[in-house]
Amino acid sequence: MDPECARLLPALCAVLADPRQPVADDTCLEKLLDWFKAVTEAGSSLLLLQEHPCLVELLFHVLKPQDLSSRILSFALRLAGIFAAQENCFQFLQQGELLPGLFGEPGPLGAAAWAAPSVRSGWIQGLHSLAQHPSALRFLADSGAVDTIFSLQGDPSLFVASAAGQLLVRVLDLALRGPAEGRVCPQAWDWPACARKVVCHLEDCLRSEATPRVTQALHVLTTTFGHCRGLWTQGLWARLSPLVARLLEKDPVPAPHALVDLLLGVARSPVLSSDPGLWETAAQALSRLSPTQAGPLAAGILKLQDCPQALRIQAFSILLQPLAHVLEATAQAPGTPRLLEGAAGDLMAVDTFPPSRSACVGLLCSALAHLELLQPLPQRPSPWPQAPLLAAVVTILRFCNGSAAPSSEAGGRLCAMLVGCVRVQRAALDFLGVLSQGLGPQELVTQVFAILLEYLVSPDSSPTVLKKAFQATLRWLLSSATPPGCCDLEPYAQLVLGELLAVLQKRLCSPCWEVRDSGLEFLTQMTRHWGGQGSFRQALLGSEVPELTRQLLQDPESYVRASAVAAVGQLSSWGLLTAPSSPEHPAVPQKTPLEELLLVLTTDSEGFPRRAVMRVFTEWLRDGYADVAEDPEQSVAPVLRAASRDLDWEVRVQGLELALVFLEQLLGPRGPSTAAPPGALTQALQALCRVQLFEFAFRSLFDCDRPVAQKSCDLLLFLKAKATPSGSQQEVGDGPNVASVEAALRRWQAGEQGQPLGELAPEAVLAVLRSMDLEALRDTLAESSDHVERSPQSLLQDMLATVGVLGDNEADCY
Amino acid sequence: LKLYRKRHPTLPCNVLKFKSTTIMLDCGLDMTSTLNFLPLPLVQSPRLSNLPGWSLKDGNAFLDKELKECSGHVFVDSVPEFCLPETELIDLSTVDVILISNYHCMMALPYITEHTGFMGTVYATEPTVQIGRLLMEELVNFIERVPKAQSASLWKNKDIQRRCYTMQEVNSLVGYSQKIELFGAVQVTPLSSGYALGSSNWIIQSHYEKVSYVSGSSLLTTHPQPMDQASLKNSDVLILTGLTQIPTANPDSMVGEFCSNLALTVRNGGNVLVPCYPSGVIYDLLECLYQYIDSAGLSSIPFYFISPVANSSLEFSQIFAEWLCHNKQTKVYLPEPPFPHAELIQTNKLKHYPSIHGDFSNDFRQPCVVFTGHPSLRFGDVVHFMELWGKSSLNTVIFTEPDFSYLEALAPYQPLAMKCIYCPIDTRLNFIQVSKLLKEVQPLHVVCPEQYTQPPPAQSHRMDLMVDCQPPAMSYRRAEVLALPFKRRYEKIEIMPELADSLVPMEIKPGISLATVSAVLHTKDNKHVLQPPPRPAQPTGGKKRKRASDDIPDCKVLKPLLSGSIPVDQFVQTLEKHGFSDIKVEDTAKGHIVLLQEAETLIQIEEDSTHIICDDDEVLRVRLRDLVLKFLQKF
Repeated sequence: MDPECARLLPALCAVLADPRQPVADDTCLEKLLDWFKAVTEAGSSLLLLQEHPCLVELLFHVLKPQDLSSRILSFALRLAGIFAAQENCFQFLQQGELLPGLFGEPGPLGAAAWAAPSVRSGWIQGLHSLAQHPSALRFLADSGAVDTIFSLQGDPSLFVASAAGQLLVRVLDLALRGPAEGRVCPQAWDWPACARKVVCHLEDCLRSEATPRVTQALHVLTTTFGHCRGLWTQGLWARLSPLVARLLEKDPVPAPHALVDLLLGVARSPVLSSDPGLWETAAQALSRLSPTQAGPLAAGILKLQDCPQALRIQAFSILLQPLAHVLEATAQAPGTPRLLEGAAGDLMAVDTFPPSRSACVGLLCSALAHLELLQPLPQRPSPWPQAPLLAAVVTILRFCNGSAAPSSEAGGRLCAMLVGCVRVQRAALDFLGVLSQGLGPQELVTQVFAILLEYLVSPDSSPTVLKKAFQATLRWLLSSATPPGCCDLEPYAQLVLGELLAVLQKRLCSPCWEVRDSGLEFLTQMTRHWGGQGSFRQALLGSEVPELTRQLLQDPESYVRASAVAAVGQLSSWGLLTAPSSPEHPAVPQKTPLEELLLVLTTDSEGFPRRAVMRVFTEWLRDGYADVAEDPEQSVAPVLRAASRDLDWEVRVQGLELALVFLEQLLGPRGPSTAAPPGALTQALQALCRVQLFEFAFRSLFDCDRPVAQKSCDLLLFLKAKATPSGSQQEVGDGPNVASVEAALRRWQAGEQGQPLGELAPEAVLAVLRSMDLEALRDTLAESSDHVERSPQSLLQDMLATVGVLGDNEADCY
Repeated sequence: LKLYRKRHPTLPCNVLKFKSTTIMLDCGLDMTSTLNFLPLPLVQSPRLSNLPGWSLKDGNAFLDKELKECSGHVFVDSVPEFCLPETELIDLSTVDVILISNYHCMMALPYITEHTGFMGTVYATEPTVQIGRLLMEELVNFIERVPKAQSASLWKNKDIQRRCYTMQEVNSLVGYSQKIELFGAVQVTPLSSGYALGSSNWIIQSHYEKVSYVSGSSLLTTHPQPMDQASLKNSDVLILTGLTQIPTANPDSMVGEFCSNLALTVRNGGNVLVPCYPSGVIYDLLECLYQYIDSAGLSSIPFYFISPVANSSLEFSQIFAEWLCHNKQTKVYLPEPPFPHAELIQTNKLKHYPSIHGDFSNDFRQPCVVFTGHPSLRFGDVVHFMELWGKSSLNTVIFTEPDFSYLEALAPYQPLAMKCIYCPIDTRLNFIQVSKLLKEVQPLHVVCPEQYTQPPPAQSHRMDLMVDCQPPAMSYRRAEVLALPFKRRYEKIEIMPELADSLVPMEIKPGISLATVSAVLHTKDNKHVLQPPPRPAQPTGGKKRKRASDDIPDCKVLKPLLSGSIPVDQFVQTLEKHGFSDIKVEDTAKGHIVLLQEAETLIQIEEDSTHIICDDDEVLRVRLRDLVLKFLQKF
């Protein structure tokens, strides 16, 4: 502990102990606890207490009957726990009977303060910190704390109840880890009394008819098996698993969600997953739980690396069932492909779909989401029923837009439940997009594109559904490139393209800005992939889309303008934004895209479009876009000028990024420091002076937004490295006079940003660069902006300042 | 209580007989018949005037003057005619009142008021009457300004269609929630239905029965006052008509579609034609466009609204503040015009003209957007624009009115190069809204046209597109008479204060008191009053005089009324006490039989009657009767 903190500590303890002093907020107390934790982890707690008796006094003070606030009491309990985590300190506190006073019957446990949830929570957390050594275990057993913990499991405060459960896990771990260490499978009779007591309690709970008690026990067990990896967990599971299995025989199964969590926790535990009984229980759970409850278990099982094949098949059929029902509901002929064959398929009936709309929608959505997560995994079920899944998703989407024809009465009910359901539409479109990773029969792929087009065309598609439809369409277009990876579109996709562009045209005119925005994003993505491809270019140039995109640069919504900027950037880099041959306005000269984007950068009132412009310019410069490549200096200069004056820090950062790319093109790429040839360096520096990069960069070094300063620092360091290669330090001071530059820099640093830098010569720049300690600046900037204010000293000062102990009221403002 | 169904569900014309009153509910005019006629061009159209006559397959050409072939379809070359309301089902002169729910549902009114001997009153709200009159005026104007030399009659075999009417005054104005007494028998009240300016649902109620007539209602937030749902609660019968014609088209999506297509066309240099009625959805469309045109960069595009009543319609909408939604009402107090089309007019973005002749031809600038009628494309200025713009694929016609099949409307203009977009905007209730409404107001019975109780024929799998309620809705078909499923059980009768004073109620159960009353029932104008009976005239002297009023009914001295029940066990004990022996009691389905075997007498005790059956022994009977009476209360 640093001396200043040590000096402040007694005053702080006095403040904390004084019920008349209003203590700063809970956050301060939390920070204080964090600090004490860090201090005790770094050194001896005992020593700390001996050196700072005020701390012990504080704890003793809390014991006295008085009107202390509940948060101070809670704080003291947690603090005592932190100190007592070290066994010698525990003994020290025990000698003073402090711990029984705090955590035993005489303490807050029996007092009125116990009614405050924060005190109960502090009590639990204190014990949780303390339970680290055998002495603590004895203390817990002797003080009767375990019974209190049992009762707190049902506490009305969820935080307290949950913490109580975790404390039980801690107690079990502490009790069983020691004696069981190294043994193959410890037996129950070897367990310490405390552990036996907890286990008996868990058994009672599992046998209980009250679902909340069962849930509590299951939560404790889930945490135990999830966090504890000791061999003793095998013994515990062996003893409790029959009780868990018995829960599955009840009707209805109590606490199904907690049960699923437990089974998955056990299955994931490397110590327990070899138990064959576990898989039997899991199989039983899959068959006993309702489809909605079993879904997460099935998905969890399928994500496991290693589990019996039969169980995987059973789990997969659970996930497939809702989709199979959907297929069944529209099956016209017996020959229709089924998703589930054999026994699983026969078991299923369309009637088993939940009768209520919300349950049915929930089941379908969760099945789709599970399958979506499963699809890209290497351990996904094999063979993967790609074709029936595609058919099912297409059918779901058809039900949702009312175009599917159900073949049964149950199908009719399903249709009525799904029509217009946005949730299912979104989930199905997401999954459909993921399914593009696999192949499908051409006929189904045709259906996929057809339904996607229906959604894109339909005026009833909500903006979010439309966005998903665009995303899925893009994925399917990408996957239909032949051969995979080739940038040419498949003939069928080329046919679709015409219709897509017609839809896009209309969507770009939508009164709903989200729709225009997702339309533009789709266009940008399409152009990125196929901008160079003949049929795409032809179709696009034959449509109104490029012109509409250009018009959307003036959209009233800033997000749309930003997307339009990105789209214009992408279109023009592929030469797809040629001026339209408008017969009505032949005389009006069209602005070049470069000019248009520059106009956005200099005039747009919102940050998003301006940031987008900077990204486009950077991309153009990096990729050598023709208009920019022709005369990079000429193109970059106005952009940098505008960016340097921008009020949005992200635009300024982007401006420096653009400058960096420009610099790389002049002096060679970043990387191992290689000096640029002197001739090239001089030319580059002259060019940089002409585009007024240095004023921008130097100013940015003192930007009030740290990322800007960091970026500028990186830029100047790069330049410095290129100018003065390592090992060849040039003499400082034999160059031109840099006093005026340095004076300007000092004034900027002091916050006087109005001072201009004036004309700069390349030599002066180099001299300034050499004289500046940019590395040190970079290190300072790398520290978070509140590193000073976050120090413990600052914390203590703050807390004292709020109660006026320090005499003045100079509180830190941060 | 009977309901006579006369028209199709969106243009309803029902007749309700309720408590001796005959009420016609709406009087819609089916104009779909006009689709069979050739368009009436405002400007001589060589194409339409040189169409070939149509002859029968056998070559018989007797109809070729009247029927013309155009684009593969046959059309009648005559003044368009409309389907009349049916007159056979009921004698329309017996109709007491006509209740109008909105201005679209009164277009057949002149046919009833002029030709049927109808003598009753028509009730409607003021905006309904005013705007309805505008619609009629427009219709008459459209047809009268293009006189046809001939009126075809050979082509039809039955005179079910009539030529358009001439204008005529009809109205009796009411305000929302205003109660109107009909002959003292029933009370009718209009409630806001949220569909159009002044549109209303009607409550028809007596003291003990309530029938709600829900026709053309909307729960969407558009310009009219929102629908009053609360007042529909506790209805015995709810008659449900005028639901959306296009249940699958969400109005919001359609407005979006409308705007997108409009912008796309105009940006490409094309013109947009919107065939529409002069009032209604057009107000909302103009409001959407007001918000949209600037953002879509369409500020320089002129909008033209052409109708003989365009000016009145735009102005009327601004003055009916009390009939508007809350937002628009508050604007009036600022004071600002409630509808933003005022600003569009002020800034010259929206211009309106009575017809294409005159000023319009001077101002006309393309590309532009034109709103004009009639949505059937058979008459009105729209015919001119169809002829003018139909040949260019740059132009677009956007159908927003759901009343006509757009494909049929376009039939005489084929082949057509201009783009056609169908964005039907029907804000009336859809089936999801109906089921929510019915759950909310919980009527005992729902009565609706048959079409609403099954999915549309083209989408038979869409079980969601039908009225779903418990108990299932009763359906009726065209020209069907339906007895409504409840019986009137009570009638309210007032009692005069002096008569009430004379009553001496006796409590027979806690909370229930009874009193006998002798009075004269006086009935006038369906109101019933109990008045004190006249005092019997005292005979004066020995002279026998005629009583003061012979027509007053005799007031006989009444026997007391009995109430209560006879406890059989106690009754038997009492009989035994009075010397009867050999008593046997038998239980029957309705009560008990007490058998006095010795006396050969039977006492039948039932819930509402007691019979003493003895063999001609009057003394015994009276004795037994008195014993029975001991157990009963008298008053």
